[in-house]
Amino acid sequence: MFGLSSKDTRFLLIVVFLTLATPILLQPFPEGSSLAQFNAGYPDLMQKFAIFGIFAIGFNILFGLTGYLSFGHAAFLGVGSYTVVWMYKLLGYNVLPGLVLAVIVSALFALLIGFISLRRSGIYFSILTLAFAQMSYNLAYSVLTPITNGETGLQVYSNDPQILMGENSPTSPHLFGIVMRESTQFEVGGWLFTLNNGYYFCAVIAILAFYLSLRIFRSPFGMMLRAIKTNQTRMNYTGLNSRPYTLAAFVISGMYAGLAGGLLAAMDPLAGAERMQWTASGEVVLMTILGGAGTLMGPVLGAGFIKYFENIFSKINDGVLHAWFAFLPDGLEDLVVALIHPFVGKGWHLTLGILFMLVVIFLPGGLVEGGQRIARLFRSKKTKTAGPGGRNRDHQPKPAPHVAE
Amino acid sequence: MGILEVKGVNKRFGGLQALGDVNLSVAENTVHAIIGPNGAGKSTLLNCLVGKLIPDTGSVMFDGQSVLGRKPHEINQMGISRVFQTPEIFGDLTVLENVLIPCFAKRDGAFRMHAFETVAHERDIVAKATQMLDDVNMADKKDMHAASLSRGDKRRLEMAMCLVQEPKLLLLDEPTAGMARADTNNTIDLLREIKEKRDITMAIIEHDMHVVFSLADRITVLAQGTPLVEDIPEKIKGHPKVQEAYLGQAHG
Repeated sequence: MFGLSSKDTRFLLIVVFLTLATPILLQPFPEGSSLAQFNAGYPDLMQKFAIFGIFAIGFNILFGLTGYLSFGHAAFLGVGSYTVVWMYKLLGYNVLPGLVLAVIVSALFALLIGFISLRRSGIYFSILTLAFAQMSYNLAYSVLTPITNGETGLQVYSNDPQILMGENSPTSPHLFGIVMRESTQFEVGGWLFTLNNGYYFCAVIAILAFYLSLRIFRSPFGMMLRAIKTNQTRMNYTGLNSRPYTLAAFVISGMYAGLAGGLLAAMDPLAGAERMQWTASGEVVLMTILGGAGTLMGPVLGAGFIKYFENIFSKINDGVLHAWFAFLPDGLEDLVVALIHPFVGKGWHLTLGILFMLVVIFLPGGLVEGGQRIARLFRSKKTKTAGPGGRNRDHQPKPAPHVAE
Repeated sequence: MGILEVKGVNKRFGGLQALGDVNLSVAENTVHAIIGPNGAGKSTLLNCLVGKLIPDTGSVMFDGQSVLGRKPHEINQMGISRVFQTPEIFGDLTVLENVLIPCFAKRDGAFRMHAFETVAHERDIVAKATQMLDDVNMADKKDMHAASLSRGDKRRLEMAMCLVQEPKLLLLDEPTAGMARADTNNTIDLLREIKEKRDITMAIIEHDMHVVFSLADRITVLAQGTPLVEDIPEKIKGHPKVQEAYLGQAHG
């Protein structure tokens, strides 16, 4: 189905199901319980899962397949956001024209940066992309203030033309009248579920993006990209020109980044220069490596993990900790809280850093490899008569931890 | 007129004259060996043929066209495949994928954006690659990772990758360098088989006399960047100049 093998179709269907069921799966704890703060099923965070999932899927096409490590992909994220906000200003709050244009503009931008940066490989390529991204950031921050509105960030003002705005048009981002920030809430037992328009819009695009990357992975083109990562010398002496292949991969991943940036602005009609900063470029590298570079599901897992940490762990403050450990004797309680304190709240980066180190050292294939090992453990326990084992690099569909979407 | 014509090629690296006025003609459907002591310029000559180096003067014509100034992938598309001293294969890919890639390169040229096709649906190409693996007795290993192959199998795979492109000229750069005797003999058998089964021209750069005399139809002896003699193997063996320049040194 969909030009996929039956195994891949099953995989895709599982991904579709998990993505669509996310608002329910991510609310495992009843409202009002002490664990409710670990629920991630609120619109803002779920949108981020989907959007950064798209960003990481695209980045993985470049880094995971060809091995070219770009440190400048945030530039495309920013370009996408600015494009969408400009379309709000000029045309109106419908997100569609902006998103289409965001993909086109970021593709052109990626073509330019890629054409120059791909003259070099390895660390020099990384440095070139980093330099370009920092240039873009600084341009957006200061020089191009008329276009980007500098440090204030680009936003829609009441005197903007918005020529396509009708009298009854919504005054926030929408798709033909479906307003992104509107949600339907329903309660079952103690659980509160929020089905948000914006999330489902992002989710559908994320599924399409995932499907596209699955097709690329299985295509001759994807095979060529993996060949480039392995041995460029053999590639050239086999009659293949690696430059157009790497450039195509770079542009595709730039388009994914532009789309993700556009979606950020589609959820929240703002665009700021900080979206282009190198920390944002570094974040997508972390996501991809944490999840498993070169695997299909890895980048999405990584994106989910990092965004979950950023939003959930950062909310755990001393007050919450004291509430948790209230059962301990006073002195001990203070000690435990003092020990945990650096790792939560503002210190969530520390936890993430340790986790990242552990993954890189013990699971070089990322979280996906961890999942595979667990799956293999179960399989060997279940059937002692070894089936068609061997190394399966395409990480079979397994019920992924549901932060994964 | 040979399929490969090298005329008056000079190459200098700073003060070192690596190649001095090299003339070489490789006739179609023959195995032509180029031998010589270390530093004779064998590898430099090979690199001039495949586009890695550009000679300072002279011409290199392949099949009536100049190869000078062309990039390695363009020269491969003209019909020259190369086997390296240490097998260059795609280690992270499976054995079958390793052979699929040259098939795609042969059919689609240096670049094609086939991102919406599926490898498994390209039945002709998969069949061709599988057949090739069968020919080199590696069909049972087609799903293995190329990096996990033994050295001899890596060499075999690299040959398969070159042969599946049906090149007009196959260049081999010391195909038995660093191999144990048994592996060397296997490689000789493989090459002999290829020579008998296919219409193919081969140019071999080699150190090992045993390999050269088992395979070559003609031999060129290179010393200090210049061809000393060119003849059939029987005559080369006893040639006084060769004894002096090469055999004497190599065994002395």
